[in-house]
Amino acid sequence: MAFVQNFPFMSIILSLFSGPLCSILNGKWARRVNIAVITLVGLMSAAVLRFVSDTGEAFVYRMGHFPAPWGNEIRVGLLEAFLAVFFCIIMLLCMLGGARERETELEDSKQNLYYVMVNLLLCSLLALVYTNDLFTAYVFVEINTISACGLIMIKQNGRTMEASVRYMIMSLLGSGLFLLGICFLYDLTGHLLMSNIKEQVQLLAATGNYHIPLVVALGLMSVGLAIKSALYPFHAWLPDAYGYSTLSSAAILSSLVSKGYIFLLIKIFYRVIGFDIVGESKVIHVLFVFGIIGMLMGSLSAMKENDILRMIAYSSVAQIGYIYMGFGLGTTEGAIASIYHVVSHSASKSLLFVAASGLMDASADSTRFKDMTASGYRNKLAGVAFTVGSLAMVGMPIFSGFISKLLFSQAAIGHTYKMLPTLIALAISTILNAAYFMRTLIRIYTPIRADIKAKEGRVITLGEKPAKSVALVCFIILNLILGLNSDPIINLIQRGLGMFD
Amino acid sequence: MSKKVPKEQYEKTFSYKFKRWLDGTKDPFLGTVEMKPQEEFREDQDALERRKRDRKRNEERVYDLERNAELRVFQKVYNIFGVLFCVFLVVMLLTAVSWLPTYGEADKPVNNEVSARYIENGLQETGAVNIVTGMILDYRAFDTLGESHVLFVATCTVLILLRLDRKEDQERFDANDRLHEPKNDVILQTVAKILVPPIMIFGIYIILAGHLGPGGGFSGGAVIGAGLILYLNAFGFVRMERFFTAKTYRRLSFCALACYSLAKSYSFYTGANHIESIIPLGTPGAILSSGLILILNICVGIVVAGTMYTFYVMFRKGGY
Repeated sequence: MAFVQNFPFMSIILSLFSGPLCSILNGKWARRVNIAVITLVGLMSAAVLRFVSDTGEAFVYRMGHFPAPWGNEIRVGLLEAFLAVFFCIIMLLCMLGGARERETELEDSKQNLYYVMVNLLLCSLLALVYTNDLFTAYVFVEINTISACGLIMIKQNGRTMEASVRYMIMSLLGSGLFLLGICFLYDLTGHLLMSNIKEQVQLLAATGNYHIPLVVALGLMSVGLAIKSALYPFHAWLPDAYGYSTLSSAAILSSLVSKGYIFLLIKIFYRVIGFDIVGESKVIHVLFVFGIIGMLMGSLSAMKENDILRMIAYSSVAQIGYIYMGFGLGTTEGAIASIYHVVSHSASKSLLFVAASGLMDASADSTRFKDMTASGYRNKLAGVAFTVGSLAMVGMPIFSGFISKLLFSQAAIGHTYKMLPTLIALAISTILNAAYFMRTLIRIYTPIRADIKAKEGRVITLGEKPAKSVALVCFIILNLILGLNSDPIINLIQRGLGMFD
Repeated sequence: MSKKVPKEQYEKTFSYKFKRWLDGTKDPFLGTVEMKPQEEFREDQDALERRKRDRKRNEERVYDLERNAELRVFQKVYNIFGVLFCVFLVVMLLTAVSWLPTYGEADKPVNNEVSARYIENGLQETGAVNIVTGMILDYRAFDTLGESHVLFVATCTVLILLRLDRKEDQERFDANDRLHEPKNDVILQTVAKILVPPIMIFGIYIILAGHLGPGGGFSGGAVIGAGLILYLNAFGFVRMERFFTAKTYRRLSFCALACYSLAKSYSFYTGANHIESIIPLGTPGAILSSGLILILNICVGIVVAGTMYTFYVMFRKGGY
């Protein structure tokens, strides 16, 4: 066994260990530990990615002295390693981008607890990505939920309290349904390990036994994870949670936490139930329909908002809708498009949050649209970054959003009855996206006129918040790479999905 | 021949006390226990007004119900829809359960090679007489590692929410701390004096015997936590803080979790790389047996006890 193969386990344990460690350090040292851990985990995951891509096959890592159906194990394929690297990059940039905001918005004595939450969140994301066992997944879903709640409410005011209570209730409902789903599956198959469950499920599907509980289990798990990742009718917690929490929390929650659950759902579809069985079941049509409704309703709500952060948050609802629509197609092409969209949306949504906060710095910390007037001139880098993010969201060529929309429509073409709704929804949603993002861009690049009563802003130079400037530049580069250099990534996703079987 | 005794002197004699006890006129607690009745919680007019005003402002300014037709309609249909949804969920789950394999049937899918090995080889492979402990702390130790961190992260979240870090808040709540309870309650203190040591010892026993019989870190930790809470209630924070402060808790839980992570990292690493573990399993049934399980149980116990106590303190005072 190569030494590199230990890295996934080491990165999980390292981030897990650094959580309690941060709780006894002061804020400053906790921040350093946090940055070091994310970087180290990112580097280790990159080494794993290289290793897996060289050997061309996935490997399982036994957690302990007992082989798989008895002990725990984790499984590392191309897609898992890639997502681990990607999550680390995004998390590092989010933490950099929001460093100054955390210092001013959080109480001094609670700074270190923030890093406890972030480290454990990173650990749970890694475990969700790597795990090969449904119950391990559930345990880390719990850590993920609680630490996400902590990240929302650590900036203590009435808004975030309400937001985190909502988030907690919805998220716990989702966890509960997910757990019920696992219980059903365990009762039907007698296993918790993904590959063994799949064997048994294939057997059950072939004989037609226990059809009803199987569908119910699939439905419970899909709905549970859909609630946790804010699919349309369950999105009520989202705008407050993203709009009012501190900057790095908002960016991390929107780009990583929901994506972790989506990736878990992908794993369940492919590695636990089997995508052919999922494709035949009705559950997938439900996801498709709600995905499409989400695409439209999220954008419509975003258009009505006069608060820039809440607008970006509502845009997330629409983008999550895209992802579920892709699964809803029930084809591998659809799933590839969805996974690519997971990646591209993570990159551009966190960019948008950081850029929007840069614009807020230049507009006396106001989030209202009318105060944003001409802020693109006052904070030039944030203006450019916001433009890049918006264009990526809308789906302009050379940006990542274009590629994912292209993939979605290619996947839809040829589908007997889902082709037309998909294409129409894509077209309408793109126009709606364009409407509200262009409105924002026009607003931030409109020179100040005397008849608009806006708060007095001030000019922000590049050096005023150096960490945020660095994060913004990196985010812009990341988005351009995803947009201009999409072929290797799509290829990687394809190979990664192939390794799932 | 009896002699007339003055009244004051008579009241001190045993026979007078006996007579009163016989009549039922003597209250044994009167004069010995602080009899301050608990204050009933009564909100003053100002606070009530403020709460009403906040609620009104919430509706007017935050939700803007006047102009928010969507929300108004939503609030109306919400109750009906909620009930319908719950009924649907209940019916669906009950239907699905009725289709599951019959409970207790011999050829249920759950009765497979996985549980068979746990039952048959659990003792030899983990060294733990209690199969459940062997399962959660050896076979599936990774899950339990996550689970103990769930407790830890939950405490941290409660700390974020309830810990009062600003000086003026702390002072305000210190003064208010025991407003609704009698101070230095003799009954409570006497009972605590008798009960706390056995509770602690029993908790420690449950933790240490986790691999030998029913018990383990989670249950034993909960017992110890309950003992700490009882002690705190009887004797107050001053006595408690002689040996248990926030700093103690932080260090203890860090040490326990770090020890857990390190111990398990060793066994994960050796297990995955097919290196023989140097930790002996010992003779099953002895207290020092079953490899790492005893240490892990102690770690889990410390975390659980600290978590329970911290939750209580946070909800009561917001800091210690």
